[in-house]
Amino acid sequence: MTIEELEQIAKSVCQENAKFDYEVNVCMDLACFSQHSGELRDALVKAVEASGKKVLVRRTGCMGPCSSGPLVRVDPEETLYHHVNAGHAEAIVSSLGGEPVPDLQCDLNEHFEKQVRVVLENAGHIDPEKIEDYISRDGYQALLTVLTEMMPNGVIHRITESGLRGRGGGGYPTGLKWGTVAKAGGDLKYVVCNGDEGDPGAFMDRSVMEGDPHRVIEGMAIAAYAVGASKGYIYVRAEYPTAVSRLTVALRDARRHGLLGHNICGTPFSFDVEIRLGAGAFVCGEETALIASIEGRRGNPRPRPPYPAVSGLWGKPTLINNVETFANIAPIFRKESKWFSSVGSERSKGTKVFALTGKITHTGLVEVPLGIKLYEIIENIGGGVPGGHTFKAVQTGGPSGGCIPADMLGLGVSYDALMAAGSIMGSGGMIVMDDTSCMVNVARFFVEFCMTESCGKCIPCRAGTAQMFTLLSRICAGTGTMDDLELLVSLCGTIKETSLCGLGMTAPNPVLSTLKFFRNEYIEHIVNKRCPAGVCNMEAPVEVLA
Amino acid sequence: MNENVGVKTLQIDGHEISARTGETILEVAEENNIRIPTLCHLEGLSNVGACRMCLVEIKGSNKLLPACVTTVFEGMEVTTNSERLQKHRRTILELLFAERNHICSVCVANGHCELQALAQALGLTHISLPYRNPILTVDASLPQFTVDHNRCILCTRCVRACAEIEGAHVWDVMGRGINSIIITDLHDDWGASSCTRCGKCVQVCPTGALFDKSKIGSDHPKYPDFLPYLNLMREAQ
Repeated sequence: MTIEELEQIAKSVCQENAKFDYEVNVCMDLACFSQHSGELRDALVKAVEASGKKVLVRRTGCMGPCSSGPLVRVDPEETLYHHVNAGHAEAIVSSLGGEPVPDLQCDLNEHFEKQVRVVLENAGHIDPEKIEDYISRDGYQALLTVLTEMMPNGVIHRITESGLRGRGGGGYPTGLKWGTVAKAGGDLKYVVCNGDEGDPGAFMDRSVMEGDPHRVIEGMAIAAYAVGASKGYIYVRAEYPTAVSRLTVALRDARRHGLLGHNICGTPFSFDVEIRLGAGAFVCGEETALIASIEGRRGNPRPRPPYPAVSGLWGKPTLINNVETFANIAPIFRKESKWFSSVGSERSKGTKVFALTGKITHTGLVEVPLGIKLYEIIENIGGGVPGGHTFKAVQTGGPSGGCIPADMLGLGVSYDALMAAGSIMGSGGMIVMDDTSCMVNVARFFVEFCMTESCGKCIPCRAGTAQMFTLLSRICAGTGTMDDLELLVSLCGTIKETSLCGLGMTAPNPVLSTLKFFRNEYIEHIVNKRCPAGVCNMEAPVEVLA
Repeated sequence: MNENVGVKTLQIDGHEISARTGETILEVAEENNIRIPTLCHLEGLSNVGACRMCLVEIKGSNKLLPACVTTVFEGMEVTTNSERLQKHRRTILELLFAERNHICSVCVANGHCELQALAQALGLTHISLPYRNPILTVDASLPQFTVDHNRCILCTRCVRACAEIEGAHVWDVMGRGINSIIITDLHDDWGASSCTRCGKCVQVCPTGALFDKSKIGSDHPKYPDFLPYLNLMREAQ
C-alpha cells in the first residue's frame, strides 16, 4: 500500500458516492440501535428501492445527541432528524429533493455550534465496518507519511510539541510517555490500548471504538513505530460486544490492505494488534492491573515503579494509552504541526470528548476544545437542566472525581483547573445534577461503586471503602452522628494517602468534594434527620453488609 | 560506573547509611536495626506491597512509598516514623480489626500473632470504626490444619509460599474487594484439594487464620524463618 494507492481507494469511494444524489446516514450506535435504528435502516433501504431515487443509506457511529435518537442525517443538506422510527422512512425518502419533513427535523445548532470535532470527526459520517470509508476521509495517510517520511524521534517530537496529554484521566504528557518507552531497552516492546472504560455514565471510548475503529488502530500503529514496538493489544471490556466486533472487522480489513502485519506498506516496520477482552472489573482500567489481566492473571494492580514503560507486559517495555489518546494521534500528523496546540488552553491542548448525562436536556456525546467554560457545556451544548428544575452540581471524573457546584460554572475545563477545584478531568464522564439530587446519596453511590470494584489487595481500599460506605449509609438513613462524619473525614485522608493504586487513592474524592461544597446537606441529614432533596428515606434501616 | 555494583548512601531517620544498589528501603533498614512495621512482607517471599504498613516518607515526594518494594537511591532521605505515618498505620490496623472477627482471647494464635503484636507496638487501645462482624466459615476438612477465615487479613503470604516455595499454588484469592477470600484450588474443601500438606502456609500465616489442629488449646508459635534458609540451600544446589 502506498499513498497513491490510498488516494486511489479514496477516489473510487468518492466516485461511487457521486453516483448518489443523497446520503441518508442512520446512527447505529448503541443508544439509537437500542431504539430500533436497525429496523429503521432496513425500512429506509426498502423505501429508497421503491422510490427509485439514487440514495445511499449508510449506517454510522454516534452522531452525538443520543437522547434525541434514533438520529438520521440527510446529506448534502445536513438535515438532522430526531426520534425517527421505521414508520417515518417513506416520508423521509419522499421528502428528498423537496422540503424536509417538518415534524422530525430538529434544530440543534446551539448544541453543535461550540463543539470542535477532532476525535469524533468521522463519527456519524462513515460506515465503521468499511475501511474504504475511513480511507476516503484521509484515513491511514498519517501512518503512511510517518512510516515513509519520519524518524521515530521525529514522531515523538511532534507529539511532545502538540502538547497532547493522556485522555484516560491522569493527563500525563503523551510525548513524554512515548519517549520513555522508546528509550527503554530490549527488542520486544508492546503497545496497549486501554478500552476498559468503566466509569458510571461514561461512553466516550465505546463510541469511538464503535464509530471509528480504524482511527484507534492507526494511532496505535504510529505509536508502535515511534517507540519501536511490534505487537499491540486492544483491551476492551466484554460488555462492549459491538465495539469488539467492529474492531475485529477493522483489524481484518487493515491486515488485508497491508496496513497491519509484516512489513507494513513495504517498509521494514511490522506491527500487529490483538484484542483482549476484560472480564468486567473496573480496576482493570488501572494500567498495572490491565497488564496482569492481559497476561491471563487476576487483575490486581501492583506498586509502581517499575512503570509499565520500563517493565510492563511480560516484563517488557509497554506503552499504554487510552482509546481517545490514540484517536488523537492521526490528526496531529495529518494537519500542520501548530494546529493541535492552537486548540485548547495554556496547559491543556486539543479537545476532549465528554459523555454528558444526568439531568440535562441533550444527553449524549460532545467534543469541546479544552478551556471551554463549564456553563457553556451545560447551558449551550447540553441545553440546560430540563423540567423547570435548577442546576445544582456537575460530577466529573466518575468515581474518582468530584462535584463542582453551580457557583463555579465559570471554570474553564482543563486538567489543572478541575484538579484545583477538587475534581479531576477523568476519562470524560460528566453527570449533571439538579435540585432533586441529594449530594450525600451521590457520594454514597460512588463509594459503593468503588467498594464493589475494589480488587481487595490493599487494606485501605478494601476495608476502607466498605467502612466509608457504612458510615455514609448511616448518614443517609438518619442514624449518623457528627462523630461519624469526623471519622469519615479521617478515613478519607488515610485511604487517599495509603492506597496502592489510583482506584483507592481517588475513592474518597466524591465524599471530600461534596463535603467541601455541600457540607450543609450532611449536617442537615445528621442533625435534623432531613434530606433536603427528599431522596434519602430516613425511616429505612441501615444497610447491613454480609 | 556500573550501576549494578554501586553503593548508595542515604539517610534513614537521620542516620547516615550505605546500601547496595537495588536494595529496598526495608532491607537496608533491617540491616541497620531500624524497625519498620510490616504485615504482608516476609523474607523469602516476593513482595506485593499490599498491607501498606511499611509506608515511609521520602523527602521531596508527597507520596508515601512502601519500603518493601522501593529501592534506594543516592541521597535519599527516608523518614520511617512520623505522626502522619503513625496515624495511617493505626487506621490501617483498625480497618483490619473491624473488617473480620479478630477476637484475641479465643484465638489459637493469641500471644503469637503478628497483628496483635503490631497493635500493641503502635499503642492501639480501641477501635473507633464500626465492627463489620461478617459471617465467615471455618474449613477443618484437612486432618492436620484448619483455615479460619474470621482471622484472615488477606496478606496472601500463604498464596505466595504455596506458589513460590512449595510450587503447588493451591491457595489463591477469590472474589473482589471486601468479599475477597482465600481459597484452595477452585474453592474446594482444603481436605479435598490438591494440597501437599507441607504446612508452609501455616508457618507463614501472621495470624490465627491458618493453624495446626494439634496446637489448639496450647501455645502456637509459628516459625516462618525457614524460608530464607530454604531459598539459600536451593540456590546453592
